Amino acid sequence: MILQDWDGAFAMTPFRDAFGEAVRLLATGDEKLYEIVALSLQVSLSAVVIAALIGLPLAALIAIARFPGRGAVIAVMNALLGLPPVVVGLVVYLTLSRAGPLGDLGLLFTPTAMVVAQSILVTPIVAAIAHRTLEDFHAEYAEEFACFRMSRLEIAWTLLVEARLSLATALAAGFGRAVAEVGAVMIVGGNIDGVTRVMTTAIALETSKGDLALALGLGVVLLGIALTINAVAFALRGLAARHAGEVGSEARPVRAGRVR
Amino acid sequence: MTAVPRDGTPPAPLQPTDSAAARGFSARLDAVSVVRGGRAILDGATTQLTGRGVTALIGPNGSGKTTLLKLLNGLVAPDAGRVVWFGPDGETSPLGVRQAMLLQQPALLRRTAAANLVFAAKRAGVPRSDRRSLAARWLDKAGLSALAESPARRLSGGEQRRLALARALILAPQALILDEPGAGLDPAATRALEALIADAAASGVKVVFSTHDVGQVRRLADEALFLNAGRLEAAGLARDLLDDPPVVSLAAFLKGDLLC
Repeated sequence: MILQDWDGAFAMTPFRDAFGEAVRLLATGDEKLYEIVALSLQVSLSAVVIAALIGLPLAALIAIARFPGRGAVIAVMNALLGLPPVVVGLVVYLTLSRAGPLGDLGLLFTPTAMVVAQSILVTPIVAAIAHRTLEDFHAEYAEEFACFRMSRLEIAWTLLVEARLSLATALAAGFGRAVAEVGAVMIVGGNIDGVTRVMTTAIALETSKGDLALALGLGVVLLGIALTINAVAFALRGLAARHAGEVGSEARPVRAGRVR
Repeated sequence: MTAVPRDGTPPAPLQPTDSAAARGFSARLDAVSVVRGGRAILDGATTQLTGRGVTALIGPNGSGKTTLLKLLNGLVAPDAGRVVWFGPDGETSPLGVRQAMLLQQPALLRRTAAANLVFAAKRAGVPRSDRRSLAARWLDKAGLSALAESPARRLSGGEQRRLALARALILAPQALILDEPGAGLDPAATRALEALIADAAASGVKVVFSTHDVGQVRRLADEALFLNAGRLEAAGLARDLLDDPPVVSLAAFLKGDLLC
């Protein structure tokens, strides 16, 4: 018992010191810490914007159109939800490296390369979640829109607008995945101080170096971002349910059955 | 393949009078069949709607009323036979007539009541600057002014139906198709809805509606069609059909006997 207590005290002291220092870094607005946070947000938000520009129209197209191979596209899209970040990082690295097919662009170890890698990770998430939502909405509105004699494009646009609150949760999920991801940005960014160092790579490095204060400070920020995203997503779901005229907070289409 | 009642007497063919044809829009079904999953939902239906006022479609559940309405609207294409509309400019297809349809379960947009009407006004090609005032005018006609800024899907069943009807009428249709407009409404809500329908008919819109409410047929309809098991078994002036049913199946339906 004595040994255990001593052991615990030994482990707690540096943790307490580091946590105190982390709070100081956050409170005093440490330039290095906030520079890392800013780059993280910039890279991950850019990735989400690109994922939205590709994923949302793709999801709407698949929800509305019937074409050969549609089932396969949906299967692939859902399979890509589980892309391992390190593998994406590796593929983007090979593509952008000096000898790779896009090596001439000189993008490796730049924030742009990180945005590319995270976009690849996030696009399937946005597309797959959005597709499920839009398919439900389409089932609900298809006949109504046909009565309005709307074109495919008008239907797609109206569905995206109608589902905006649910789609925002898809984007939030994508952002959460991007900002917390370490493998891909580490490989294609290289974790260069002041250039490509983001929260997750900095935490990994500082922890291994033993500089727990910066790691913990960044950890607190990352945790705050993750919690905020989930709180926002939860609030959006409630708002969506309210607009759908539903009781309770589950966002489901109202019309369960179809009537001939 | 003309619809012949089971007791052998053909339904009295209705011919549009010259003045009616000149005044409004009308439709003709030529031996129309719709088959789904090997079952004939409509089986060789032939009839001629008069250009006069309001047509009611009566018949038991599953007799094909909704399908016939969708054929008239152009939402469903016949597997055999043809649906012809004609108006002042001669014969045309269902899509050649400016139509509005009130579905059995209208799907309102996840927007305010006013925004739902603005959406319809946009569909009808109303210039942007006039849309809100037009929406306000129709909210007033539908008795929904106080609820203009409420989320549409939070309205009561009767209010939603009235809003959906206003949304249909804002399209300035030449023909208005209503699938069981009074279903599930209390007497006051029914009266409000019927007033809107009667107004539309009085202004020259060709109205076709389905119903289980014989009283509604008497209140609104000029002519009536009786569908039973996918076959058009009787057609004529609403009053004549109700007072003196020409076929036993209609007499049994009106008495409330179960038809097989």
